[in-house]
Formats: sequence, C-alpha cells, structure tokens
Amino acid sequence: MSIEVQLITRRGVLQGMFSAGALVLGAKYLPAATDATAASWWPTVYLGIEPDGRVAIIAHRSEMGTGIRTSLPMVAADEMGADWKQIKVQQAIGDVKYGSQNTDGSCSIRDFYDPIRKSGATARLLLQRAAAQKWSVSPEECVARDHKIFHEKSGRSLGFGELAAAAATQPMPRPDELKFKTPAEFKYIGKGVPIVDQNEIISGKAIYGQDARVPGMVYASIERSPVIGGKLNTVDDTEAKQVKGVLDTVTLDPAKPPYLFQALGGVAVIGDSTWAAMQGRKKLKIDWTPGENASYNSTGFKAKLQATVRAPQKSWRNVGNVDDEFGKSGKIVEAEYYAPHLSHAPMEPPAAVADFKDGKVEVWTCTQNPQAVQQAVGSALGIDQKKVICNVTLLGGGFGRKSKPDYAVEAAVLSKKLGKPVKVTWTREDDIHFDYYHSVAALYFKAAVDGKGRPTAWLQRSAFPSLASTFSANADAGSAGELGMGFQDVPYQVPNLRVENGPAKAHIRIGWFRSVANVYHAFGVQSFTDELAAAANRDRVEYLLDLIGEPRKIDFAAEGTKYGNYGKPQDVFPVDTARLRRVIEIAAEQSGWAKKKASPGRALGIAAHRSFLTYVATVVEVEVDAAGKVRIPRVDIAVDAGQIIHPDRVKSQFEGAAVFGASLAMMGEITAANGAIQQSNFHNYPVARMNEAPFETHVHLVDSNAPPAGVGEPGVPPMAPALCNAIFAATGKRVRELPIKRTKLV
Amino acid sequence: MIQLKVNGATRQYDGDPEMPLLWYLRDTIELTGTKYGCGMGLCGACTVHINGEAQRSCSVTLKDAAGKNVTTIEALHPAGEHPVQKAWKQLNVAQCGYCQTGQIMQAVALLKKKPRPTDKDIDDAMQGNICRCGTYQRIRAAIKVAAGEKA
Repeated sequence: MSIEVQLITRRGVLQGMFSAGALVLGAKYLPAATDATAASWWPTVYLGIEPDGRVAIIAHRSEMGTGIRTSLPMVAADEMGADWKQIKVQQAIGDVKYGSQNTDGSCSIRDFYDPIRKSGATARLLLQRAAAQKWSVSPEECVARDHKIFHEKSGRSLGFGELAAAAATQPMPRPDELKFKTPAEFKYIGKGVPIVDQNEIISGKAIYGQDARVPGMVYASIERSPVIGGKLNTVDDTEAKQVKGVLDTVTLDPAKPPYLFQALGGVAVIGDSTWAAMQGRKKLKIDWTPGENASYNSTGFKAKLQATVRAPQKSWRNVGNVDDEFGKSGKIVEAEYYAPHLSHAPMEPPAAVADFKDGKVEVWTCTQNPQAVQQAVGSALGIDQKKVICNVTLLGGGFGRKSKPDYAVEAAVLSKKLGKPVKVTWTREDDIHFDYYHSVAALYFKAAVDGKGRPTAWLQRSAFPSLASTFSANADAGSAGELGMGFQDVPYQVPNLRVENGPAKAHIRIGWFRSVANVYHAFGVQSFTDELAAAANRDRVEYLLDLIGEPRKIDFAAEGTKYGNYGKPQDVFPVDTARLRRVIEIAAEQSGWAKKKASPGRALGIAAHRSFLTYVATVVEVEVDAAGKVRIPRVDIAVDAGQIIHPDRVKSQFEGAAVFGASLAMMGEITAANGAIQQSNFHNYPVARMNEAPFETHVHLVDSNAPPAGVGEPGVPPMAPALCNAIFAATGKRVRELPIKRTKLV
Repeated sequence: MIQLKVNGATRQYDGDPEMPLLWYLRDTIELTGTKYGCGMGLCGACTVHINGEAQRSCSVTLKDAAGKNVTTIEALHPAGEHPVQKAWKQLNVAQCGYCQTGQIMQAVALLKKKPRPTDKDIDDAMQGNICRCGTYQRIRAAIKVAAGEKA
C-alpha cells in the first residue's frame, strides 16, 4: 500500500479544531490500484500548526493503556522537528475519513507509523520552503529543529507559528521530494516521552467512559436474560418503580443471532442516579424462557470438545505424511490440553452516554472502535451512521472487550425511547455475565520421535467455538484468522507435519481477547514441546532450538498452506526462524538459564511464540512451596518487535502481559451452567493481585531495523506455557489444563 | 440530613442513607477521580481516605460516612505533586490509568503508617487494589521512590 499526504483544503471535517490561520495536513492512504476502493482517498491522521506555534495532532486510535495517544503524535513531532512541549493531542471522533480506528490486533504503530511520518515530513518541508521564500534562500539550506526553521549560514530563524500561514500557501510536495530523518536524527522516536494523559490520570481528572456526563442525563441499569437468547415472558416492575430515585422502566427488544454488536435486550431501570437505577433493578420480577442455549454446560461441553480432537478433522496444514510415519515402529508421544473461557474484565466496566435528538445521536463512550459504534448504533436506530457522532473517552482497559460496542447501542436505544440523554453503566456483574468471551479450547498432540527424541512426525488438533459465531450464526469451526494465530504457523522443522481443527458450536458470545487464539495454541504447542524434551531428557532451550531448526523464512505457499500472517505480506513480515531463535537465546542468557539448575520446588521454564508479527521468548522462574502455592520471583522476556518507537511503553506492555498471562494461567476460568455464566465478580473470577503477580519482569528488546510489529498482545501467549513448564521442572507435575489451580501440585 | 466533609468542604445530603459514598462522590458532587470497579470492596479502584484511613468508598454508606472527613484523589495535592504522585510520574506507572487513583490513595495511606515499607508491607497494603494492566512492579518501585523522597 502506498501512502501520500495531501493538504486539506476543505476544512469542514476539522471545524472547531483549528483556527483560520492554521496549516492543516492530513496523511491519507492511497489504496493499491487493484483495490476496489481505489477511487476514494481515506484520511487517517491530521496534523495542524496554529499561528501561535502549537502543533495539534489528532489521535484517531483509542487509548486503553498502550500509550498510543502519545506514541503516534510523538512520531509526527519528531519528523517535523517540533518541540514536544508545544504539541497538543486531540482525540478524534469516529469517522471513516481517518481509515480504520479499530484499536485492536496490535496494529496501530505498524499501520500508521509511515502515514504519520509522511505528515510530519511534509509539514517540515512546507515550513522549510516557506522560510526559504521569506529569506530568498534555497530550501535545502533551511533546517527544522526545536519548533523553528533555521538558516544556519545567516543565523536567522523563524518559529513554526510564524511560518504556518506562508507554509499553507506552498504547493504540496510530491512524495519523492519528502526526506525522512535517519534514526541518528531522531529526537523522540526510539526514545520516548511521558504519556500525554499522565498528569490527568494521577490527579483524578482523566475522563473515562464511566465518567462521561452530559447535562440532563438519566441513569440506566439493565437486567438481561441470564442465558443468551432467552426470551422475556413477563416483567413486574411495581416494586422497582417504588424505589426512591427510579424514574421509569423500559423494555428492550431481545437480540437475535448472530449477536454482532446488538444490544442484548432486557429491562432497563431508569433512575436519577446510578445507585437508584441499580437498586430499582434489584426489585424487578422477570420471568425468562432461557431458550436453546440453556443446554450449555461447561463440563459436558469439555467432553465434547475432547472427543472432537481425538478424531481426524479438517486439515489446515499438511507437510509430508504424518499417518505413514505414525504407522512405523518408532516411539509415539501423545498429550491433550484444555483451556477454559476467559472474561476480559477490564478495570473499567463498559459504560456509554447517548443523546438522541432530531434524528441524530451523539455518543460518549470508552470504545476501541468508534466506527463500529457508528455502524451498530446507526443500524439499531435505523439512521445513517454519519448521524452517529461517537466521542471517544479514555478506556479503563480494553483487551478486546471494548471493540464490541453493545453497551453504546443500549444507551442510544434508550435515549431515543426516552427523548433525553441516557447513561448506561455496566456493573462488574454485567461485565462478567455478558462478555464476548475468550473461547474455551481443547487440543490434541501426537508425535513420532527418533532416537534423540526429535519428532519425525507432528500432528496437532484443536477445537473451539469460533469468534466468527458472533458474526455468522452458521460458523461452527475455527476460522482462518484463528488458525493463523500460532497453530497453522507452528515454526518447527519436522518432515511430517499436520495441523487440524474440528467443529464446535458456540452457546455464548465469543469474542477476541488480548492475543486471541494464540493463548491456547501457544499453551498447547509450547507445553507439548516441553513434554517431548522431558521425555528425551534434553535441555529445554537446546531442544526448542533444535525443533525450530535452521534459520529460514518459512515458505507456506510452497508447501500449499494458505497462511494469513495477520493480514500482512510474508515478504515484508516473514515467519523468520532466525529471529525466533535469537529471542530464545537472549531470554536464556538474560535469565541465567544455564546457571540456574532446577531444584525441588524451584525451576525455570521457557516458551517462545510469534504472534502479531513479533517474536517473543519468555523464561519464567517459579517457586512451588510445600502447600503447592506458586510464586513467580522473576520473568525474563526477550522481544523482537522490529523497530521500537517508544521503548518504555513497549516494556510496560510486556511487563503487563506477564501479569495478564500469569493471571489467566493460574486462576482465570469462566464456566457456564444451564447456559448461564457462573462467575460474577473478582471473588469468583479472580485476577492476579500484586502478591500473586510476577515479582519482577525484565524485558529485553532486540535492536532491529525490521518494520515495526505488534506489542500489545504478543507478551501474553508464551506466559502460560513457560509457567507450566517451570512448574513441571520444579515439581514433576505436568499441567495440561488451565487454570493451574485445577492441578494438585504437591 | 447527613452532614460530612469532602475535601475540606462541609456537605449536606438528604437522599438514600444506604447509598454508597462512591456514588455520592461520582454522581452527586461529580468527583469522578474515585472509580467504580466492582462495588464489593474487591478491587480498590474506589479507595478514598476517611478520617485519614484508606477505605473502599463502594462499601461505605452515606449513613456511615456521616460526620466523617473524606479526602479524594482530587484533593491529595492541589497540583498533583504529592510525593506519591510525583513518584508515579517519575516511573511512568500508569498504563490505562483507571485503577491508579485508588492505588495512589492506598499507597499514601500505607506510607503514612509505614514510611519505609518492606516488600511484604507493600504486598499486604496493596493486594486489595487490582491493576488489570499489570503495573504492579512499577507501583512497588514508585512506593519505594516516594518513601525515599519523604525521608
């Protein structure tokens, strides 16, 4: 995809954001000529200079803790030669003009690093030319630095603000005229600045979805069918309406499959405060018919999934012939793994405010995807999505939950019905009962091994309800996207290799969760690898490197495998085993792998996994006491994510991923009984607390010139297997089912 | 009529005495720095100081807050420059930031009691405050920085 930058001449979209004298630039995607949308241009990010010298950058991606609201503007500032202190970041509303705003899939930097650099470089060139014209010198003699253009020869300088008006009259540079800074010239890229929201966060002034407020709004709390797809028979709201502060009740139509981002329906209690609405809701008397999903029981479903992976299923990758090899007289190793449903449980439960007026609706919400809010709300209200204005607040965590805006639809539907602004606040119980859950998965592995314990044949099978079921009622098996997440792309050099996936029907809403299918795939692949190494009595690091084999770029097309590669071309982002080997070597070295020999109750474990185009190796040190209590004194994570834009925020993502991964591995589990989710809050859906989290995590970033890859998610997948492998080394107990708390360790 | 002091100002309240202080702070007097996370005293996002002690405002009714002195994150320091807030900034603790006001209020209360907390003191005081982004190691380090600065 080529990218160009155009001067924005029609100012409508930016009205109110910049004053009349401002130079406003938009980086735009130019879709490839073969693209069906080639005729249209898609603005993505905007950059403007005010006459007073302030540079405004519009952040079109959502901030949920990765620091993206800082990192992308920082790139523009650096490329321009701007002074960071004079940058003002403004959050974009939802608008297709910006290109994708779906802050998901760890792709903000890799998709927008180039466009925003072009914005910065274009602004700089226009300012240089404006200054050159004023001074009647060559633009090449003019240098941008510290928010000014300098003419070194004559010692003259002009500030960006003084040049903004003249710069706006310059002709737009051709793409080939743009000059980009070299890494040696970077002032901020690769170094970083504190996040722009830091002061507001630590002083309680930052505004999240839960904090959104508009004058005259009322508060809603919604009782939904405990079983997805249940029907409301009768509701008695007499007592609810007697609660002080309760204003009304509203029945919402039930959602029909596929559930998409529809409001689930139910009965909303409207109050003059959040508390009144919640109290009134408790007094509702509702009779539900639970419907067909009432048959969903986690115990029975587990047996079904396990039966599925024990039988041959659809092939997603086939190299050589595993069956022939299994038929020979060599040694066979088999193992099965199981991982449960998980709930995202961001610290901020979902919330939205909507104000419907005159055929239009304005929404304020914590969303990872404001355009999905526009689409879903527009569809629910029967209005054009352009008539849905979506203001994006900060997100108190997202992890994938907040890219599904069912809660914003609820607020919009209620506002239209009531004719006034409505705030919908999800309780923690709502959040855990009505999530789009991370999928439960069963996995089966079989290997034929040679005299050294190295596989000559490797078969792996998975079965899990697909997140595609949320979008298509007929989807009943893993999708290409999910199979491409660490399963199809198993990076081992084995002559006979087969990857299969079997059918599984969803009975609750399934959605993407930080790292998605990589979580259970990495758990299976990296645990089974450790089992084979243990059976061969070989060093785990040496064995893992042996299995990965020689440094090479895996050629999926040559073997007839259609591999999605996170939507990116494999010539730019290959599956490069040299990079995977390197992170393993670094993690081993930095963790002291060779020196720290396992002793009873204390050992190291390793796992390595490529996801979102980033290579990660994780070494977990574990202590298991006499009571079977697990403590993680240290984690070492080696990361090759290509070029790093903001090292401190990248490190923080991996520190956090170690906690998130340890949390899901040790204690994360969502179960269903008769179709209803059995967990409700942090007492029965625990997440890692300070005393349970890894005590210290050391992140080792590989210096790389490769194009930037993902960092928000790739730290999670290796965590569970590295921890379980360490537990095996320390105790001899193999954890084949998550969470770990289900396995007796002593 | 319930009377209480919030951030130094005397307030009168005549609504439901069973309403948790959290919702009074957030909805009634619009101090939204105190966050809702669980409503059961399990996560610590709503931590405030009541008569100087760290408390979960979701689990304290207005009836129980009557006559008490409540301090929220907004009044910890007029410019956000309390030593604990400064330490949080120095170490870039926050990711999404949602839990951090509660974490800071809890840490301030800890340091008041134990100016030089050990790792165990920190675990004991902070384990009630969940951070789903997983910033615990920086929270621990920031508490130690703040402890040093106070000394």
